[in-house]
Amino acid sequence: MKNNNNDFSLDQRIPSMMVTDEEVDFRQYLSSGELSAIEHEVSIMETRESAGIEALKIVQQHRGWISDDSLISIAQCLNISSAQLEGVATFYNLIYRQKVGHFVIHLCDSISCHLTGYDEILNVIKRHLNIDYGQTTHDGQFTLLSNVCLGSCDKSPAMMIDGKHYQSLTADSVVAILNGLSQSVGEAND
Amino acid sequence: MTEPTSGNDPIDTNWLEQALIQALTKPLSHLINLEQPLDFDAYVRAGGYVGATKALKELTPKAVLDIVSESGLKGRGGAGFPTGMKWSCVPALQEKKLPEDSPFNVGSHNQGSHNQGNSYLICNADEMEPGTFKDRYLIEGVPNQLIESMIIASYTISANKAYIFLRGEYFLAAQRLQEAIDQAYENNWLGENIQGTEYQLDLYVHTSAGRYICGEETALINALEGKRATPRAKPPFPQVSGLFGKPTVVNNVETLSNLPHILKHGSEWFKDLSPNSDPGTKLYAACGQVNNPGVWELPMGVTIRELLYDYAGGMKDGVNLKGLLPGGASTDFLTQQHLDTPMDFDSISKAGSRLGTGGLIVLGDKHCPVAMVLNLLQFFAQESCGWCTPCRDGTPWAVEILTRIEQGEGTQKDLIQLNELCDFMWLGKTHCALAPGAVEPLKSAMRYFKEDFEQHIEQGCCPFEKEKQKKQEKLASNTMETSDDE
Repeated sequence: MKNNNNDFSLDQRIPSMMVTDEEVDFRQYLSSGELSAIEHEVSIMETRESAGIEALKIVQQHRGWISDDSLISIAQCLNISSAQLEGVATFYNLIYRQKVGHFVIHLCDSISCHLTGYDEILNVIKRHLNIDYGQTTHDGQFTLLSNVCLGSCDKSPAMMIDGKHYQSLTADSVVAILNGLSQSVGEAND
Repeated sequence: MTEPTSGNDPIDTNWLEQALIQALTKPLSHLINLEQPLDFDAYVRAGGYVGATKALKELTPKAVLDIVSESGLKGRGGAGFPTGMKWSCVPALQEKKLPEDSPFNVGSHNQGSHNQGNSYLICNADEMEPGTFKDRYLIEGVPNQLIESMIIASYTISANKAYIFLRGEYFLAAQRLQEAIDQAYENNWLGENIQGTEYQLDLYVHTSAGRYICGEETALINALEGKRATPRAKPPFPQVSGLFGKPTVVNNVETLSNLPHILKHGSEWFKDLSPNSDPGTKLYAACGQVNNPGVWELPMGVTIRELLYDYAGGMKDGVNLKGLLPGGASTDFLTQQHLDTPMDFDSISKAGSRLGTGGLIVLGDKHCPVAMVLNLLQFFAQESCGWCTPCRDGTPWAVEILTRIEQGEGTQKDLIQLNELCDFMWLGKTHCALAPGAVEPLKSAMRYFKEDFEQHIEQGCCPFEKEKQKKQEKLASNTMETSDDE
């Protein structure tokens, strides 16, 4: 067989083949804070599996993203297969299955923003941070993702970072916002 | 953020007085305060919980249902289905036993008139239709109204548990809702023995994590059960077998928010709010290339012209109207000739589109309509859940063809193919309404903007881009001349 050099080689596609469910014990892996928050969510639903999205969000909030170990641990905790939870995790835009930067920029690319200057804002962000969609800056500060309509259509173009919505963006304001966030991290590290 | 001081009314009394003047004409929105929503006490002082008190203390669930049916309230989430009819399919509200072969008949659920605790109410607050932001105003601006509405609806369908399914991106809304829910528990409007009655209700906020299809009611139910959110086959309908297999009613935020007012002022008042056959008011919106985008509560049936020019301030930057989507991304384009159409379910439908969510998305004549449709189709292709082939393969295929046309590489054959795709993805051929929703703007754009599609193909480029480039070059050469002069 010829050496297959395309993007779909098995190693690249399924890196998590290396971790098996048995190698992770959720009681050791998840913190008591994470566990109690997940149990609270379970208590308001009728079944353990229905707390899946909330559990993914809780762990992501603590760790920044959902690694394979995190996914397996949550699945164990909810008594469902990791395959089922992966089906849920990969369905959603706000669950990160790859490592992301300190700030994740969710830039709205839907219709109202498209009609009111999205293209320019995207180009400004790309140039300013030197990244494209799906990429993270070298210093690990910013990841850029697109987002479907953020519901800020009366104040478009819009983006969301860290749960905060930034509206009526201009080329100048978006740079000022990114610089401000960048500085806040710098100050926190000092 | 300012902390509300306990004991003192944090809301300016002048503001409240002004707001209350509109209580009877703008029931949904008169109490909206986006800066600082009314807390529980202020909401009660502003006339809140009169409707819920009446429902729980004076009326049986069946009597509430009758009032809501009589009012003619139709769902505001997009489909416009009569709310009373939707509720009446819940077994707890059925007077007679259904025939054996009825799709609503699921045996044991269908016994007697009191099936306390056997059903669920879900508020669909997964507002993700592009160009739609009305529900955010209701939730962020007057969260207590939604809580009161859900108490009334839950009582009517005999639900002891209710969920608000909120889109994950609405962080501020989630926070304000939780505060309002906590206050409702403190004041015995949630929990056990509500206001001394035997009725019990627990209310929870579930925040989603970003996927358009969760707004489809059966996909929403799967999402809430922790499953991958693909839509379910109907029947059985959710009212019979929904969340965890129990009877479930899914209602939109705006639909529910009408309930306290219908109970307080009566169904006749509600009908009289509108000059035509679709009763009530509606939260209309406008966005895109207009001067003054926003949300306005107006009597059902305001014309597109009034909405566009009197409220949205007309077209921006001196452009002319090219076309508009009357109710979100998944509705058919309308054009200049439709400006005098009333924005109600029947009239918009007769004009060849759908009222949808009542939010105009407005396109000017300097922006490429093919690029706009491409953006819309990219959205639907990305948000397709992938369950059925016509949608999973059809929407990206349409994107591929549209991209080709927009880049000036399209052929006449592409137009034929796009038309064929519109047929393949139409109602009845797909698992849910997502792909037909994508067809609506696509097919209507190909009809109304046929010349623009043809020009892309004939000229081998986007004429709008060419025009823009010409302008920029002219601007650049002008600037150079000016700087030479200096």
